[in-house]
Amino acid sequence: MSATELHPDAAAPEAVSGPAAPRRGLVLGGIVAALAVLAVFPLVFTDPTTTSIAVFALVFMVATAAWNIFSGYSGYLALGHAVFFGCGGYAVALAARDWHLAGGWPVFALLPFGGLVAGLVAVPVGLIALRTRRHTFVVVTIAIFFIFQLAAFNLGFTGGTSGITLPFAPFSAANYNQPFYYVAAVILIVTVLVSWAVRRSRFGLQLLAIRDDEDRALGLGVKTRRIKLTAFVLSAIPVGMVGGLYFYFIGQVYPQFAFDPLFDVSLALMGFLGGLGTLVGPLLGALVLESLQQYLTQTFSGNGTYLIAYGVLFLAVILVLPRGVVPGIAALLERRRVKAALARGDGHETKVSTGGVAGAAR
Amino acid sequence: MSSTALLQAIVDGILTGGVYALMAAGLTLIFGVMDIINIAQGVMVILGAYLSYELSVHVGIGLLPGLLITVPAMFLLGVAIEIGFMRRLRDQDRTQMSILVTYAVAIVIEGILTAVFGVNYEQLQASYVNSSVHVLGFYLPDIYLIGFALAIILLIGLYYVLYRTQFGRAVRASLQNRTAADLIGIEVNRVRTISVGIGVAVTAVGGMVFGATNAFNPNTGYDLISRLLAIVILGGMGSIGGAMGAAILMLVINDVVAVAWSPTWAPLVFFAALVIVLSVRPQGLFGRAAVRAQ
Repeated sequence: MSATELHPDAAAPEAVSGPAAPRRGLVLGGIVAALAVLAVFPLVFTDPTTTSIAVFALVFMVATAAWNIFSGYSGYLALGHAVFFGCGGYAVALAARDWHLAGGWPVFALLPFGGLVAGLVAVPVGLIALRTRRHTFVVVTIAIFFIFQLAAFNLGFTGGTSGITLPFAPFSAANYNQPFYYVAAVILIVTVLVSWAVRRSRFGLQLLAIRDDEDRALGLGVKTRRIKLTAFVLSAIPVGMVGGLYFYFIGQVYPQFAFDPLFDVSLALMGFLGGLGTLVGPLLGALVLESLQQYLTQTFSGNGTYLIAYGVLFLAVILVLPRGVVPGIAALLERRRVKAALARGDGHETKVSTGGVAGAAR
Repeated sequence: MSSTALLQAIVDGILTGGVYALMAAGLTLIFGVMDIINIAQGVMVILGAYLSYELSVHVGIGLLPGLLITVPAMFLLGVAIEIGFMRRLRDQDRTQMSILVTYAVAIVIEGILTAVFGVNYEQLQASYVNSSVHVLGFYLPDIYLIGFALAIILLIGLYYVLYRTQFGRAVRASLQNRTAADLIGIEVNRVRTISVGIGVAVTAVGGMVFGATNAFNPNTGYDLISRLLAIVILGGMGSIGGAMGAAILMLVINDVVAVAWSPTWAPLVFFAALVIVLSVRPQGLFGRAAVRAQ
């Protein structure tokens, strides 16, 4: 009961349909600043430990943003995107080996191929999993994930437990991380643009309609099956691309990293932390959590402390900010705005009344 | 493959299936009453196994008497988790959020177990772990028989509580319609807390038997929860009878595949069966046709 009061539903549609009319210039300035930081970060912080954390953070930002295109917008919680991460990684590794590619840029050129394979895998996976809804869907995605994990461990062409080695990247030791960083940054920009375009399109509205009430959306003529499958496949492609990049970065694709249950839940956690279904939220969530996780792993490796820290943080986020940081702040701003409007006594009556109730409950 | 080996596999499957049925019954009870999927159920089984391990190795209390301590301990853990976390979830997207919350709980428990016990594999030892009886040409390991008997006794007990007591009627009423149960004076919160406690308490028994029949480390919980989820979904979420049927069916198929084809691919059966069944019957083998709208 108290939880319901703390998170008034009145704020929900407001929070997810975008912040309450921020200034255009502010947004543009924010985008330019973010791009500038993205561009110069590895030039300013040249320490390899820092830049490698940055590469991992970018990989997870792409994966979470892509995951959000499906799970955030449609409301279907997919816990099996490691399937696409792994398939992308294996596709790139196998192609590089069988086509005898030299290390370096030719392998980067394979990343779209990794994305393509992930997208192709997503079609049958989506056709099967999307027959179910809600928690059954969640469990089916987990089950499909375990099928892939088992296959990666035991099929002949995957190299079993030892995996497949990727070609050596001939970059100088000092700037080894930079090419990976910039390729990941480009994939990130493209993914965010796609997510933004989806959000603004009729397709995106149909996804949101599915999230709010799938049966009603169907009744109103939304071709729900086709829409969901399209979003599912679309969200798999960037995950496959960064899968290829990630395993090229660490030099080898192993089944236990390629199909890692913690990857699945990390995406969900990052999405939730930042704000499910928002554009910026998943990016923030992934940036903060992946950097933190890398730091925790490196500081307390091996003895389970980092798992405890991660789990406790996870619980704190869900219990304190169940809608995520970005919608939480947006709701806060909205309540302030409504309060100010109430104080002035001007007349968006319906809005003010619902917001007022929410504010009073708070 | 000889027919004896096949029959042996079927018998083994039924016996281990009983224990899985017990663990899955806890999972499905929690879901039925709370609409919460307890991802931590797998690692709780492992926690139960470690508790039995500690008691038997360091305190000198045997596996079976140790249950008198581990079962109440796990019950209290369940109660604490319900009060601390599950109760706070909003009704609206409770099930999906619960997956994340209980996943986090699982990660914390796994982290604590790793910090305390490390990642080496352990197995529970007792005089009856490696002995077996020879009946009608089958070798039946004593621990399988003990586990099966415990599981059956507890499942019958659970059934009795749910269908023959006032508390059970309150549980089932909360399970059918939370609001109405609340209106007729059932203390739904108390019923929920106790139900979660019971659902978690069974993992102490499951953990003891699992730990005696399998090597385990803190990471084993993931493998276990994926199987348990497959069982409860196949059985139809919230149906204890369905979970029992599905558990025995799946373990029999698992053991038969292990003998007839290869042990490597036996776990595939779980997930493949799940995916195939759900493509045809999204509500599971024994599930109710519609998902509740609450």
